[in-house]
Amino acid sequence: MTLTTNAGPAAIKADYMAMIQRKRLYSGVLLVVFFVLLAAGFNVADRRNAGGFWDGLHKIFDFPAELLGEAVAKAPALPGHLLHYLPAMVETINIAAVSTLIGAIAAIALSLLSTRGLARWPRLIPVFRRIMDTMRALPEIVIALVLIFILGGGPVPAMIAIAFHTAGALGKLFSEVNENADLKPVEGLASVGASWLQRMWLGVLPQVMPNYLSYALLRFEINVRASAILGFVGAGGIGAELRVAIGWGTGRYDAAAAIFLLLFLTIVAIDQVSSHYRNRLVRGS
Amino acid sequence: MLEIRDVTRRFGRNTAVDGVSLRIPHGQMIGVIGRSGAGKSTLLRMIKRLLDPSQGSIVFEGIEVSALRGAALRNWQRDCAMIFQQFNLVPRLDVVSNVLHGTLNRRSTVATLLSLFPRADIHRAIDILDRLGIADHAPKRVEALSGGQQQRVAIARALMQDPKIILADEPIASLDPMNAQVVMDTLRRINDEDGRTVVCNLHTLDTARRYCDRVVGMRDGRVVFDGRPEELTTAAAREIYGAGDDFSEAATSTAIEALEPIRDFVRAPAFAL
Repeated sequence: MTLTTNAGPAAIKADYMAMIQRKRLYSGVLLVVFFVLLAAGFNVADRRNAGGFWDGLHKIFDFPAELLGEAVAKAPALPGHLLHYLPAMVETINIAAVSTLIGAIAAIALSLLSTRGLARWPRLIPVFRRIMDTMRALPEIVIALVLIFILGGGPVPAMIAIAFHTAGALGKLFSEVNENADLKPVEGLASVGASWLQRMWLGVLPQVMPNYLSYALLRFEINVRASAILGFVGAGGIGAELRVAIGWGTGRYDAAAAIFLLLFLTIVAIDQVSSHYRNRLVRGS
Repeated sequence: MLEIRDVTRRFGRNTAVDGVSLRIPHGQMIGVIGRSGAGKSTLLRMIKRLLDPSQGSIVFEGIEVSALRGAALRNWQRDCAMIFQQFNLVPRLDVVSNVLHGTLNRRSTVATLLSLFPRADIHRAIDILDRLGIADHAPKRVEALSGGQQQRVAIARALMQDPKIILADEPIASLDPMNAQVVMDTLRRINDEDGRTVVCNLHTLDTARRYCDRVVGMRDGRVVFDGRPEELTTAAAREIYGAGDDFSEAATSTAIEALEPIRDFVRAPAFAL
């Protein structure tokens, strides 16, 4: 079929074997370099460690064992604890939900403005990308600390901090989803004289919504955990309770176990809801 | 000898294959024809054990294929190669790697995960590609090849399995007439030169007549015709396809030689708008 000169199977075999051997050599060298770097890096890290690494290694499970042991010993108190901490958990979930919603809406706008082929102002794509980079680079705990210092402790500073980070993180993921969107519907809408917002809203969003939704729900999970952590620094919710309960030697590990259980159940619930609604969105019910 | 004994396959309420019995002697080239949904693909997939029969059994050389499990099942799948309409190759791997996949059942899992195939296997893969006339493409990625070339890579992968039977599920339905001829010629050659049994689902009657020793016609899951290609008259074809008197074979033919009689067809009243 081909019109190239046939070099004969012998020459093809020799060429192909040479190619394979080259590939195997590269893979082998990479593998060796990887392990050498791993070992060297570990040694550096070990020397910089305060010296407790090897001494502490065998004690790594002592704390979880103690926590679990105490929780099992006080098992009858568990339902009471679950009920007691439920309002705090709801507060944490609320912080996460509001910040995910605000962050996702901002992310949709940012992502459409920074995707090649879709952007309203193509020349400003780098500007919007750098804005998102900045949003991702600032740790939410730093933003929360500053806001708590200025606005006082409570859920609102935590919500703003998480929403800010979420907008940057989801914006990047949404923008990658947009790049895979089919441009033909957009072209079709342009052919009927639709404005940019109409093209995006009616041509792009129906295609990308299922992926947006699953990324946003994954982010919701992450934000539940983030808002729990921010509770440690004064943002309220389940994190504040956990900080009190998990202190060493206060004898409240049963409460800590209840809080972990609540967090786990929340994540499971989000996962289940996520897959259910995503399937409905894809199938179009 | 491959024996299909009263095999039935149901999907929910639908019966895709309904009590089919066939005896296929070694070395035959068989064409299975029938309209879409007649159960041709389901039948082939059951022989290959990509699907399990609801009832009945499939026996090859005294072994009940339809009851195999685990390693024995994978050995059968190695001995019974399959060629798909959409080629089912790994597009991002090179041609030789795809052909070497034919040996996966024989080699250790760890070695193949690291792409460590023996030199003899690589040489044999290139020899097979050379026999099919595509050795020049050996180092290219499969996705860079045309449909006809990809289908020949798929045939090379099948030959690498050293199969006793080759099943081909609409192997030319995605190809243009020129490539379709090359692929069918290749399958016929494998049947003639290697003596391997070939069972081939086909859409077009003229291909079945031209290449096969025996034609099996299916309609609504049952075998309604089983005979030599010469016996496949227009009346028999109408029976298989459930068509009326306006049925004209040339209308759907992909063979270049069949282009001539189409003029008659255009005048037929059934086609008038």
